Amino acid sequence: MTRQQSQKVATVLVTAVAIIVILPIFLVLVYIFAQGWSALSWEFFTQPPRNGMTEGGLLPAILGTLFLTLGTAVASIPLGIGAAIYLAEYAPNNRLTRLIRLAIVNLAGIPSIVYGLFGLGAFVLFLNFGTSILAGSLTLGLMTLPVIISTAEEAILSVPSEFRIVSLSLGATRWQTIRNQVLPHALPGILTGIILGLSRAAGETAPILFTVAAFYLPELPKSIFDQTMALPYHLYVISTQVPGMPLQIQYGTALVLLLIVLTLTLVATVVRTIMRRRRQW
Amino acid sequence: MENKIEVRQFNFYYGDFQALIDLNVPIRANQITALIGPSGCGKSTFLRSLNRMNDTISIARAEGEVLLDGKNIYDADVDVVDLRHRVGMVFQRPNPFPQSIYNNVAFGPRVLGTAKGSSLDDVVVESLKGAALWEEVQDKLYEPAQALNPGQQQRLCIARAIAVQPEVILMDEPCSALDPVATLRVEDLMRQLSKNYTIVIVTHNMQQAARASDWTGFFWLGRLVEFGKTGDLFTNPQEELTESYITGRQG
Repeated sequence: MTRQQSQKVATVLVTAVAIIVILPIFLVLVYIFAQGWSALSWEFFTQPPRNGMTEGGLLPAILGTLFLTLGTAVASIPLGIGAAIYLAEYAPNNRLTRLIRLAIVNLAGIPSIVYGLFGLGAFVLFLNFGTSILAGSLTLGLMTLPVIISTAEEAILSVPSEFRIVSLSLGATRWQTIRNQVLPHALPGILTGIILGLSRAAGETAPILFTVAAFYLPELPKSIFDQTMALPYHLYVISTQVPGMPLQIQYGTALVLLLIVLTLTLVATVVRTIMRRRRQW
Repeated sequence: MENKIEVRQFNFYYGDFQALIDLNVPIRANQITALIGPSGCGKSTFLRSLNRMNDTISIARAEGEVLLDGKNIYDADVDVVDLRHRVGMVFQRPNPFPQSIYNNVAFGPRVLGTAKGSSLDDVVVESLKGAALWEEVQDKLYEPAQALNPGQQQRLCIARAIAVQPEVILMDEPCSALDPVATLRVEDLMRQLSKNYTIVIVTHNMQQAARASDWTGFFWLGRLVEFGKTGDLFTNPQEELTESYITGRQG
């Protein structure tokens, strides 16, 4: 085979691989849209489920998922960015730092059900928060932390060191340098990590299983110590636990969950694009 | 004549490598001191020792004294942030922040808290005038600094440095990325600035050292081979090594 021939074969192969990778995502989207589209209605978004969840809407589950995502954000963003700043800007290259990095990598690899069990033991029982939005948010936050830390650290490290050196040479302190020259430039990357982490948290079932999710709770939560319904768990329930559930509602629920997660991802992409365009180096 | 900076028995190491050896250098106040020598001779390292920018390198180590107005800047009680406020720096590549012209100049006074509001405006205008850039940018203060040409960017960096009102300005090959016209403008500017500031410049360009400086030090392999009045050093070098370097036979 000549070099030119092998070049052609390689092009065909990698193109085929790319298509094979994209195809399942595309099929899932099309299938869920086709099956769930007809379930969408005003009532579906604004009413609680009725009649053993076989009728009505998803309002408590949608709001529950939004509350949990918000709680996850509060629990994970300050800690995550703080840890990333420490690792990127302050941490000396020693055994402790290596241990922290190792821990973060491993944290990212822990199965989500293990987070769920840990949340049950630590937040629900030991700290006595009960099955609550607080416990669920903390559990999801813990799960989201490694994603935020690693993406934020990478974003911070990608800011040219020149800006730091100039800033220091002008008499700025290390923190002023980070606050005024590093973080603004790292923001697009940090935001992307945050939103990707949150969109994953919004779709997870296992971590909220024992910590917050209610099987059926048509009333909306009144405080962070209340339970709430949430879309992923609700979908799990109506797909496996409720006999005679109309398929249409199951797929409609899946579609709503998908839409929320996709919207978050889309927002991340748009924000990143806009901010990158403003960047001038 | 008064010495703004007095370097005494100064040694500098990167790990096991000794980059500067037994340096004794007087830096005269309100004069321009040029440091010349081949690449790797230690002149940039020396320059960065004067405002402790080498501190950011973890394996770096300094011995000896650098007296700024008689006070050793390597003493334990010296606040390095305050030191860099007093000893400013202009770098080899024009490196304005990716922000507006105004914000570039205002950054220093803002973080130091030395000027706010309309007095900050005054500082920005004065600094741009001081860097001979005001005429060219007065109508586009809020446009991105990156839109300026390299020569203007470098003068912006000088404006940014003088906005914090340092006492000494260190310049690390400030013209190496500039064309001859922009280079001459920066040299004129240095002459203007030396009325109010003490200037130390590292340069590869011997004509520049000869043209623009009052004093010249010649570095070779981490040692200061010769130091003297620029006129004397270039016309009548005392050391053979200096002569062969400035005549282009060595280095």
